[in-house]
Amino acid sequence: MAADDVLLEIEDLRTHFLLDDGVVCAVDGVDLRVRKGETLAIVGESGCGKSVMARSILRLVDPPGHIEGGRITLHREGGPVELVGANRRLLRQVRWRDIAMVFQEPMASLSLVHTIGSQIVEAVRLHENVGKAAARRRAIEMLDRVGIPMPQRRVDAYPFELSGGMRQRAMIAMALSCRPSLLIADEPTTALDVTTQAQILELLRDLQADFGMAIMMITHDLGVAAQVADSMAVMYLGRVVEYGAAEQVLAAPRHPYTRALLRSMPRLGRASRTRLTAIKGMVPPPYARPDGCPFHPRCDSVVAGKCDVVLPRRVPMADREVSCLLYEEEA
Amino acid sequence: MSTEPLLSIEGLTKHFPIRSGLLGRQVGAVKAVDEVDLAIEPGSTLGLVGESGCGKTTLGRCIVRAHDPTGGRMLYRQPDGSVIDVAGLQEKELKPYRAQVRMIFQDPHSSLNPRKTLREIIGEPMRAHRYGSKEEIDERVGELLDRVGLRPEYANRYPHAFSGGERQRVGIARALALSPRLVVADEAVSALDVSVRAQILNLLRDLQEDSGLAYLFVSHDLGIVEHVSDVVAVMYLGKVVEQGPTEELYTRPLHPYTEALLSAVPDPDPAAKRHRERIKLLGDIADPAHVPPGCPFHPRCVYARDTCRTEPPPLREVGGRRVACHLAEELELRGVPDPDVREVKA
Amino acid sequence: MFLRRPTKEVGTLPQWRLMWRQFRRHRLALAGMAILVPVYFVAIFAEFFAPMSSSTANTSMTYAPPQALRFSGDLGLYVHGYRTERDPKTYEQRYTEDPGQRIDVGLFVHGDEYELLGLIPSDLHLIGPVTKGEPVFLLGSDQNGRDLLSRLIHGARVSLSIGLVGVAASFLLGMLIGGISGYFGGGVDNAVQRVIEFLIAIPTLPLWMALSAALPTDWGPLTRYFAITVILSLIGWTGLARDVRGRFLSLREEDFVMAARLDGVGRLSIIFRHMIPSFASHIIASLSLAIPSMILGETSLSFLGLGLQAPAVSWGVLLEGAQNIRVVANAPWLLAPGVAVVIVVVAMNFFGDGLRDAADPYGNRRVRRGRRRRAA
Repeated sequence: MAADDVLLEIEDLRTHFLLDDGVVCAVDGVDLRVRKGETLAIVGESGCGKSVMARSILRLVDPPGHIEGGRITLHREGGPVELVGANRRLLRQVRWRDIAMVFQEPMASLSLVHTIGSQIVEAVRLHENVGKAAARRRAIEMLDRVGIPMPQRRVDAYPFELSGGMRQRAMIAMALSCRPSLLIADEPTTALDVTTQAQILELLRDLQADFGMAIMMITHDLGVAAQVADSMAVMYLGRVVEYGAAEQVLAAPRHPYTRALLRSMPRLGRASRTRLTAIKGMVPPPYARPDGCPFHPRCDSVVAGKCDVVLPRRVPMADREVSCLLYEEEA
Repeated sequence: MSTEPLLSIEGLTKHFPIRSGLLGRQVGAVKAVDEVDLAIEPGSTLGLVGESGCGKTTLGRCIVRAHDPTGGRMLYRQPDGSVIDVAGLQEKELKPYRAQVRMIFQDPHSSLNPRKTLREIIGEPMRAHRYGSKEEIDERVGELLDRVGLRPEYANRYPHAFSGGERQRVGIARALALSPRLVVADEAVSALDVSVRAQILNLLRDLQEDSGLAYLFVSHDLGIVEHVSDVVAVMYLGKVVEQGPTEELYTRPLHPYTEALLSAVPDPDPAAKRHRERIKLLGDIADPAHVPPGCPFHPRCVYARDTCRTEPPPLREVGGRRVACHLAEELELRGVPDPDVREVKA
Repeated sequence: MFLRRPTKEVGTLPQWRLMWRQFRRHRLALAGMAILVPVYFVAIFAEFFAPMSSSTANTSMTYAPPQALRFSGDLGLYVHGYRTERDPKTYEQRYTEDPGQRIDVGLFVHGDEYELLGLIPSDLHLIGPVTKGEPVFLLGSDQNGRDLLSRLIHGARVSLSIGLVGVAASFLLGMLIGGISGYFGGGVDNAVQRVIEFLIAIPTLPLWMALSAALPTDWGPLTRYFAITVILSLIGWTGLARDVRGRFLSLREEDFVMAARLDGVGRLSIIFRHMIPSFASHIIASLSLAIPSMILGETSLSFLGLGLQAPAVSWGVLLEGAQNIRVVANAPWLLAPGVAVVIVVVAMNFFGDGLRDAADPYGNRRVRRGRRRRAA
C-alpha cells in the first residue's frame, strides 16, 4: 500500500533492551512513513524511544539493545530494500548514501584527530568512485553551502577549532556530502543556544529546498518541530500516540498527551505569570510500564476499566492517526 | 512593590585569569561578569537570560558566593533592615548570609551526593547551621519533603531511586531548609522534561506566594523566563544589555540583541511560523576572552553603525528601562506580538 | 514481558549493597573471589592445613616426586611408598612407586607441633601420615627432603600478606600525598607531580635490587619482610597518589560538593564526609588491582635472592630453589609455587576488575545508555 512518494516505511518496529532489571521495550510497535522531501518531526520526552527508533533504522543500537521485530523498508532508486535483517554490506551502502545521520553532540561523531575536510573526503570516497581532488572540492563546496565562512581554510581545521554551531554545520555538510535521500537529525540543536539553533534550523530548511532530501527530525521541543516539520509524530513510552500533519496536530491536538504537552509549555507572549497546566506524575521508569494505554496514569480523560486494560490501537482519522480509546468509537 | 531592594549589586565584576606557560603566568582574563548593576526586590523574581558564555551562571554563583567576585559591591538587606556588603566577606563570615540566600542547581543528578539519603541531604544545611536536635531536623525534613510534593517516607531513600523531576524537588527542599529569602535558580528546570518542567515551575511559584521568596531565575529559555519573572535582565558577554519589566521588554525590546533572541525562540504555534520573519544574527557569540571593542554586540548586530564599533554604549535609562545601546531611541524593534492580536491575524 | 522488576527496597539500599548487586553480575570476578577466599583462609591457618612444618626435613628423601593420593572403601586414604635406587653412574637417587608399600594417610592427624595464630598450641593437621614421620609428599619434596605442599602453604602466608601489607602502606602514602597535592593544588601539586614522575621513570627492578642490596644481611626474617614491604610500597604509591589527586580535582568541581559548601559545611567535613566517600570505592578497587603486582614484586625479588631468604618461606623463596635447569628437568614439581602465583594473580585481577566495575553503582547505568557510536 506504499504510495509512490513514500521513501521510508516503518512497520511495527520493536527495539528492546535486555537489561539486568528486565526487558525495556524502548520502541514498541512503531508505524511511520517518511515521504520524499518532507520533514517528519518525532517529538517526545526523554525515554520515549525516539532516538532508539531513529538509531534502529541504521541499526546503530548498541547492545544490550536489539531489534526484536518489524520492518523498515527503504524505497530507493533501485527498488525497495528491507533494512531489518539486512546484511552488513547493504547497510554500509545505505548509510551515508541513502540515509545519513546528524547527532546532538557533533564532537561525539566527528573524529578528533582528523580534519573536517579529510573526514568528508573519506566519507565521499567510501561511497562514490571519485578522486581525492574531486572529493576535496566537494568538501569545500559543502562547507560553503552550510554557511561555514572561509571554507577553503576551514576544510583543514580540526573539529575542536570550531564553535558548537560551526561543528554542527560541519557535521551536516558531512552528512549531506553523498546526497542522501533521508537525513536523520537526532536533537541537532539541543546543545546549541537559541540564536544558533534558529540558524541551524533555517539552514536545514534551505538545504532541503536545494537538495530535496527528506528529514527526520528527532526533538523534544515542540517549538522546533513546529518550525520545520511538515508532519509530526508524538511518541510516548515507545509508541506513537499521534501522527499527522504538523500544522493540524499542533493547532488541534487530539491525543490527551499531545494536548497536555502543549498546555504545559510556557510560550512567548502568552499567559505570563499564570499557572501552567502541568501533566500529573512523571514518565514511569522504562521497566515499569503501565498496562493498557501507557499514558493512562497521567491522563486527564482516562476511562477507568478501559484505558488501564486495553492497549489502544491506531485510529485512522481524516488528517492523522491517534492511538487513544477516546477515538476508537468515532472511527 | 517594595522600594527597598533585598539585594543590590553594584559594579559586580568577576574575572577568571587566563594562565599560560610553564610558570602559569597570567596572560589575560575572561571577563565573565563585567561591572553589572542589578537589584532584586523582596518577594519578586528577577529573570536573567542570555546565551551560554554570557556570564549569567557566573553572576548567579557570585551572588551565592560560590565564586569570589573580583570587584564591586553586593549590598544585602538583612532581616533587621541593616545593609551589609557581602562581596568582601570571608568564608567564615558568610554563614548567616548563605542561610538566607540559597541556590538550586541545574543538574539534578550531580547536585545530590549519591551516597547520602534524602534525610542527610536535606538535613545537611540544618545540621551545619545548628538548626536543632536530630529529631527536630528529621521532622523538618519530613515537612520539607511534603512541601515539595514528595512523600515524607522517602527520607531514607537515596537519590538514585528518583527521577530527574523528583531529584529537583529534593534540591528545592534543600534550598528551602533554612527558610531563605532569596533563591538563585540556575537553569533549575532546563534539564527536565517538558511535562515535569511545568510541575516544578508551579511549585516554585507556590513557594514564592507562600513565603515571599525572591528568585534570581537564570535561564537560557526565554519562554520560561517570561513566564516566571517580574523583571528581566538580558546579558551579553558579561554585561547587562537590557533590563526592564518583563512584559515591556518582551513586547517592545530596546536592544537589538533582545530582539534577536526573541525572534529565535521557536514557537509551537503553527500560526506563528507563517507571519514571523526571522531576525538575522551574524555569526556566533564572541569569545569572552576577546571581547570586541566598542559595543560588544556590534559584530553580530544588523543595525551597527560606526559609533558602535568604537564607543562602548553605557547602560542608561530609556523610558523607565535600562539599555546599553547607542541607538535605543531610534530603532523600532519588534518583540513578541501580543497573543490576542496574533490570533486575530491568524 | 518484563522480567525481574526491581524490588521496592532498592531506593534505600546503601552503596555497598548496590556494589554487591553489581559485582555479582561479573562472573569472572565471582570466580576470582571463589579462588581467593579459600586461598587466604588456608594461608591464615597454614600450620593446620599444611601436613608438616615448613622445616621438617627427611634427608633421605630429597627430590621425591609427588605421590598420588589413593582411596579405597575399606582401607581409607593411603599413598604408596617409595622404592629408591641410586643410579650407578650419576649417583642420582631414583624413586619408583612401590605398590606393595602402603602408608596410611588420615584427616585431622597429630603431627608437628605448632601454635595456631601464634596462640593456640596444637599438633593437629588437616591431612598427613597417620604415623608421624612417614614419607608423604603429595606435591613431592625439595632438595632437603622437605614437603613441598607444606612449604607452599606456609609460603602462601608471606606471599599473600606482603601484597596486602604493601598495598596498605601504599594506600596511606597515596591518599596522603595525592590528597595534599589535589587539595592544595598550585605549587605543592606541581612539586608532588614532578617527584612522582621521577619515581615512575626509574626502572623498577634495578631500584628494588639497589634498595634490597642495601639491607643489612644480618636482619632477621621478620625485619627483612617489613623492609621488603616498604620497598615495594615506596614504588607502589605513585599511581595511587595520581588517582587520588585526579579525583580530588574533579570532585572539587562537582555540584554536590559546591552544594555542601553553600550549605555551610566546613572544609574538613566536606573532604571526609563528601569527597573521600565518593572515591573511596574506586581507590579500593584500584588497590585490589595493585596487590598482584606486589605479589609478583616479592616473588621476583626473592627469586633473585634479594628478597626474603631462607629460612623464611615464601613462593619466591621456593622458586629460587627451582632456578637451575637440571633441577627443573628432574624435579618439575618444584615449579608448583609458580603455578600458585599465576592462579592467585589471575584471580586477583578478575576480582579487582569486578570491584572496579562495581565501584560506582550509580554511574554505570547512565554510561550504558549514553554511549554513542559513529554513523559510518
